Amino acid sequence: MLSIKDLHARVEETTILKGLNLEIKPGEVHAIMGPNGAGKSTLGYVLSGRDGYEVESGSVEMDGKDLLDMEVEERAQAGLFLAFQYPVEIPGVSNMEFMKESVNALREARGEKSLSSAEFLKKAKEACKQVELPLDFLKRGVNEGFSGGEKKRNEIMQLIMLEPKLAILDESDSGLDVDALQVVANGVNSQRDGKRSFIVVTHYQRLLDYIQPDYVHILSKGKIVKSGGPELAKEVEASGYAWLAEAEGADA
Amino acid sequence: MSEQIDQALARKYDAGFVSEIESETFPIGLDEDVIARLSAIKGEPEWMLEWRLKAYRTWLKMEEPDWAHVDYPKVDYQSISYYSAPKSMKDKPKSLDEVDPELLRTYEKLGIPLHEQEMLAGVAVDAVFDSVSVVTTFREKLEEAGVIFCPISEALHKYPDLVKKYLGTVVPRGDNFFAALNSAVFTDGSFVYIPKGVRCPMELSTYFRINEQNTGQFERTLIVAEEGSHVSYLEGCTAPQRDENQLHAAVVELVALDDAEIKYSTVQNWYPGDENGKGGIYNFVTKRGLCEKNAKISWTQVETGSAVTWKYPSCILKGDNSVGEFYSVALTRGKQQADTGTKMIHLGKNTKSTIISKGISAGRSNNAYRGLVRMGPGAEGARNFTECDSLLIGDQCGAHTFPYIESSNPTAIVEHEATTSKVSDDQLFLCRQRGLDPEKAVSMIVNGFCKEVFRELPMEFAVEAGKLLEISLEGSVG
Ligand SMILES: Nc1ncnc2c1ncn2[C@@H]1O[C@H](COP(=O)(O)OP(=O)(O)OP(=O)(O)O)[C@@H](O)[C@H]1O
Ligand SMILES: [Mg+2]
Repeated sequence: MLSIKDLHARVEETTILKGLNLEIKPGEVHAIMGPNGAGKSTLGYVLSGRDGYEVESGSVEMDGKDLLDMEVEERAQAGLFLAFQYPVEIPGVSNMEFMKESVNALREARGEKSLSSAEFLKKAKEACKQVELPLDFLKRGVNEGFSGGEKKRNEIMQLIMLEPKLAILDESDSGLDVDALQVVANGVNSQRDGKRSFIVVTHYQRLLDYIQPDYVHILSKGKIVKSGGPELAKEVEASGYAWLAEAEGADA
Repeated sequence: MSEQIDQALARKYDAGFVSEIESETFPIGLDEDVIARLSAIKGEPEWMLEWRLKAYRTWLKMEEPDWAHVDYPKVDYQSISYYSAPKSMKDKPKSLDEVDPELLRTYEKLGIPLHEQEMLAGVAVDAVFDSVSVVTTFREKLEEAGVIFCPISEALHKYPDLVKKYLGTVVPRGDNFFAALNSAVFTDGSFVYIPKGVRCPMELSTYFRINEQNTGQFERTLIVAEEGSHVSYLEGCTAPQRDENQLHAAVVELVALDDAEIKYSTVQNWYPGDENGKGGIYNFVTKRGLCEKNAKISWTQVETGSAVTWKYPSCILKGDNSVGEFYSVALTRGKQQADTGTKMIHLGKNTKSTIISKGISAGRSNNAYRGLVRMGPGAEGARNFTECDSLLIGDQCGAHTFPYIESSNPTAIVEHEATTSKVSDDQLFLCRQRGLDPEKAVSMIVNGFCKEVFRELPMEFAVEAGKLLEISLEGSVG
């Protein structure tokens, strides 16, 4: 599904990703943890092709295609979705319009017919209910005046609407109350169908109680330094990242 | 509305709605003789000629204004022909093949039916229109309601007293350089009269009068709403018009008597010129409305065209409790320059005005908002709220805001808010990450930015205005 090989990437003058490898098979959920500034968000941006994030070397293939060769929107159309750590506001553009454009852009790219307004509305209402946002959120401007938690739910609503093949969730759990955490996790779990894959970036083991990962990776200084099963997240929760420095010391 | 128009155009046209055709074009130059001939050709009453001549004499003594934020080569007023009869069929393009492909591409994008494309592009389409048309039904319906909606030249014949009573009462002959010139030489325009207590049964649109597209550069519009009446008037259409006149100096006067309401919406999309602004239209318009007691005038405009635009639709809130509104979207791109805004003159007690101005600048364009709010000594308890937002696309364009506030009444309240924002990389990235191409993304963001104004437009107009912005923004994403 996704194959990242020896990826080096920089932002402006600073190299952030320094030889990252990751293989994801269809249907798998990979959690990525790691200290602040490790490069987790950067990975999401590089994969989705954001301007200013420059790949220095390495390769990324999605479904056998060279992801790095595609425009941002082409990657999205190919099934890549990024749930943002800090969702941005688009004043005056209603959530509904935004998602309709988006759903139909993806459908068009797949050679499918646009949804009618009625079909779309039905789908949107269902998604809205699923993340437990009141229906009037569909009419409000994209993220306009949303609380932190509402923004995160809104990202998950988009995820549900767009049914991506690979979803990258960048700290979709941070700033959430316990109930919201459950809602976000349910939203993600509802999309797990054995084919869709997920990269779940988080600082907290708790999310992983709800979204069971197949693998947990620790990203540090632009590399995956350790991989394991769900138990690795528990270790991190218990003992933090101090061992990273020791491991590094041992390396040197 | 657009369905009706489609029908009107897909069917045919009533020649009875076409004003008489003259077959003369004046040599260039302007003097009293030219004005006298113009007035004679139109068969105007004596007082009208007098009026024009007075305007001309005033104009001679005036200086062309100079603005800090608009820059254009001076117009030589002696090198213009002040009367040009509609082009004869043989001078017009024979078919769309002879029309600028760029223009056609735009029509296509706007989904304009072929017939209408031909019309807008000035193709010689003789005798395509027959008599059973929506246009006729439209006219009959208006007549039933007692509404007058006709070319002002026709009104001068049929309703001279009405025209005489109101012409120049809101925009006096010598109001400003361009208004004076217009008063002297205006060729045609619209006249609307809504009788007392009548709610005009439909939106009045110049769209229904595209045969008069050649009203020329000096258009004059007069709308009178009698006590307690109501009218919504749409000016222009969303498709770019082919036009050979470089200078446009129109005057629009609105008179809203007690308890009347006039809503005036404009979508202006004239040729802005090439990337360097060459060949574009200079648009210098004077638009003003007068509100008597409890009356309301609302200006809504979407401007994307012209090389240079200078325009300040204004309201004189003379009557107590009268209301003025101004909603504007002005988009500039390439090397376009716009200096627009409004004037709200509060004279009566408890008068209220709202100004929402949205300026969008792309490319190397300059967009200035200039607004005056004046609270007269009698404007007890008057209120104004102004919101002025600018959106920049790219980093070579400019937005400027010049609010002027004059208050001679301590109980009057004036509020002004201004913001400048950019289409941010974050927003663009979000849209693209959700599968939208960059142009679609920008147009969506811009549409969102304009929402408060679009909301004020009649629905079909709003949809078209949105599409128009999208087309106008093409290529402005780098
Ligand atoms: N525009 C930039 N210029 C220079 N450095 C940058 C820029 N953007 C990000 N960085 C740096 O890249 C590093 C990785 O940032 P990133 O946002 O990927 O971290 P993260 O792992 O997501 O952290 P967090 O857990 O805090 O979200 C940080 O040190 C950050 O300061
Ligand atoms: Mg991060």
